[in-house]
Amino acid sequence: MTERQLANSQLGFLDYDPAPESATIARLQPSYGLFIDGKFTDPAGHEQFASENPANESVLATVAQASVDDVDRAVASARRAYTKVWSKTTGTERAKYLYRIARIIQERARELAVVETLDNGKPIRESRDVDIPLAAAHFFYYAGWADKLDHAGFGADPRPLGVAGQIIPWNFPLLMAAWKLAPALAAGNTCVLKPAETTPLSALVLAEILQQAELPDGVVNIVTGDGATGAALVAHPDVDKIAFTGSTEVGRLIQRSVATGDKRLTLELGGKGANIVFDDAPIDEMIEGIIDGIFFNQGHVCCAGSRLLVQETVADEVLRRLVRRVEQLRVGDPIDKNTDVGAINSAAQLARIQELSAFGESEGATRYTSSCVLPEKGYWFAPTVFADVAQSHRIARDEIFGPVLSVLTFRTPEEAVAKANNTNYGLACGVWSEKGSRTLWVAERLRAGVIWANTYNRFDPTSPFGGMRESGFGREGGRHGLEAYLNV
Amino acid sequence: MSDRLDVRKTYKLLINGAFLRSESGRSYEVTTAKGAFLANVAQGSRKDLRDAVVAARAAQPKWWGATAYNRGQVLYRLAEMAESRRDELADHVAQCEGLAAKAARATVSRSIDRIVWYAGWTDKVAQVLGGTNPVAGPFFNFSVPVPSGVVAVICDQDSSLEAFVDAVAAPLCVGNAVIAVASQCRPTPAVLLGEMTATSDFPGGVLNIVTGLTDELAPILASHEDVDGIDLGGVAPGEASELSAAAAGSIKRVLRPDGRDLSTSLRRLRAFVETSTVWHTIGQ
Repeated sequence: MTERQLANSQLGFLDYDPAPESATIARLQPSYGLFIDGKFTDPAGHEQFASENPANESVLATVAQASVDDVDRAVASARRAYTKVWSKTTGTERAKYLYRIARIIQERARELAVVETLDNGKPIRESRDVDIPLAAAHFFYYAGWADKLDHAGFGADPRPLGVAGQIIPWNFPLLMAAWKLAPALAAGNTCVLKPAETTPLSALVLAEILQQAELPDGVVNIVTGDGATGAALVAHPDVDKIAFTGSTEVGRLIQRSVATGDKRLTLELGGKGANIVFDDAPIDEMIEGIIDGIFFNQGHVCCAGSRLLVQETVADEVLRRLVRRVEQLRVGDPIDKNTDVGAINSAAQLARIQELSAFGESEGATRYTSSCVLPEKGYWFAPTVFADVAQSHRIARDEIFGPVLSVLTFRTPEEAVAKANNTNYGLACGVWSEKGSRTLWVAERLRAGVIWANTYNRFDPTSPFGGMRESGFGREGGRHGLEAYLNV
Repeated sequence: MSDRLDVRKTYKLLINGAFLRSESGRSYEVTTAKGAFLANVAQGSRKDLRDAVVAARAAQPKWWGATAYNRGQVLYRLAEMAESRRDELADHVAQCEGLAAKAARATVSRSIDRIVWYAGWTDKVAQVLGGTNPVAGPFFNFSVPVPSGVVAVICDQDSSLEAFVDAVAAPLCVGNAVIAVASQCRPTPAVLLGEMTATSDFPGGVLNIVTGLTDELAPILASHEDVDGIDLGGVAPGEASELSAAAAGSIKRVLRPDGRDLSTSLRRLRAFVETSTVWHTIGQ
């Protein structure tokens, strides 16, 4: 029996019946307007676009395309709310609004998880257990800061910046909205949030939640649209701060664009995280950690452990176990509670993953792709591992942002550090070893904003997250996350 | 004595711990505030800056790899060296800035005290800017401030020593290597201080000082791919935008003058540090 047949035969008797979550729980409206000044309003040009389910290409709802005028209206609403209401609201009161929001997210968690999975394509297991609980936790954490800013280490009475323009990506739609809104509101700013073009729905449900929480009108405005909407927000003269999460390419354009004014800027950009495995690492946990590091959320994770650096002495065994484990991943309907790997978020992203993966083979790497059966409709990419990858290969340098792992080897800790740092990015790394002193030695030398030791892809509202170098600047989460929204 | 001819000094660049003329062979004339000839100063070039970046990149891990206690000692040693040459520094500050002797001495005193202030910060900054994070899970999670790496400082054009010290000592203190472009018209106090680093146990390349034309040098550093951050304190307001835009090419950290008083906050210390957060599992 080959390794693959063995894995398949094991999967055979472990197979589960489908256990789909009910899509009707999402309670989606057929169409959504822009959330401006506390109300859903029609965009000036009455233009709508469809948000589809990437798992089957069906239209979930239509959302408004915000024009330059609409963005202007949203910014004016945020400015008005800042001047007249929010800047006069005490920290104690701001805190209570945020606690309310956190609670309502918890109450509507199941609905939000279904919305997220339908709109994004991520497995319901992840939206239910990671995205939504963490989003609630972020509001809960920053709620507590709102009346304690004097004690946050930035001097007495730190002031908010004013109106914050926040542009978020499609990989963790609600969670990224929470990461942006919670600290901004706690610090006393008002917001204009621009969700990603392909995943606007959970932010619009969040708008309903803000209404239920009776957050004063205009404190948060949500404008849906494409890149032009984001560009209008970045260029708007009455926005005091831009916070962007997305690609390094777009981050560069935004940094250049705000260079002419005095807007504050924080950027959370791309990555090519190294996951470093030493030969003394506990192998079972480590294999699961590698899998989680690259296949969590279909690899649509800026901090994904997309470069596996394995110590040569265990490289063969690790690769053998990895390939076998990849074969066991359940790929398919995201709404099924048994699913491990869901749909690729969009046709455009699928094309990018296919294009970069093709370089893997043409540049000489050895490809292992899961033999899983992919659904006919929707956007899918089978989990893939490339071995024999060299540092010069494109799959070792470019962010693929998909379920594709590149495996490289090293001999010494020095070589591991040198290879891990051989990138323009600096977001996240993993280190696997039972030897604490070596883990800390490596961690000290990695140029990365987040380092996971014997774990990967962990997030918490108290833990600062963000990159070095071309992965951006500024932190989200923790006390550090307040700095991005205070005039300090 | 009056018939003795002065032995004049050549003012050189400080790159990789060595005092060099510009590879371009160029120099320019610097005058006192009153317009009298003061010195011929090396006019740094693109190649000089590239050499300085290479030196800074190589030196930075050594500087950061030293203990915080050791970095504090080195900075304090610089203050000691400056203290013993106070009169010489004051003389240059007076000539460059057109200050009376008493005012110049006060400037030098404040500058030296500022170096001492930063010397004391090296082993405290991690405690003030970092800490442990109580994550909801079986992990020990801590955040530490680490240096951005190689930082370019376009120094203030007016305050030849005091602003220079503040802008340069802050990034050094937190473990960066620095390439400083001294005040174009008042460069000699900075050059003197650079000479003092040679007797202060600074590893070569940690602090590089280039003199020359700011308009020529600043854009080279702003667009240099291997510079991690840039302080535009000495750039005319109209030019800061263009340089900031150039800095976006490699997502540099940019510190721009915005009218806020930096001396009373830790903004200079925070400007060129990164927060690195480590999660480690807890278990038996």
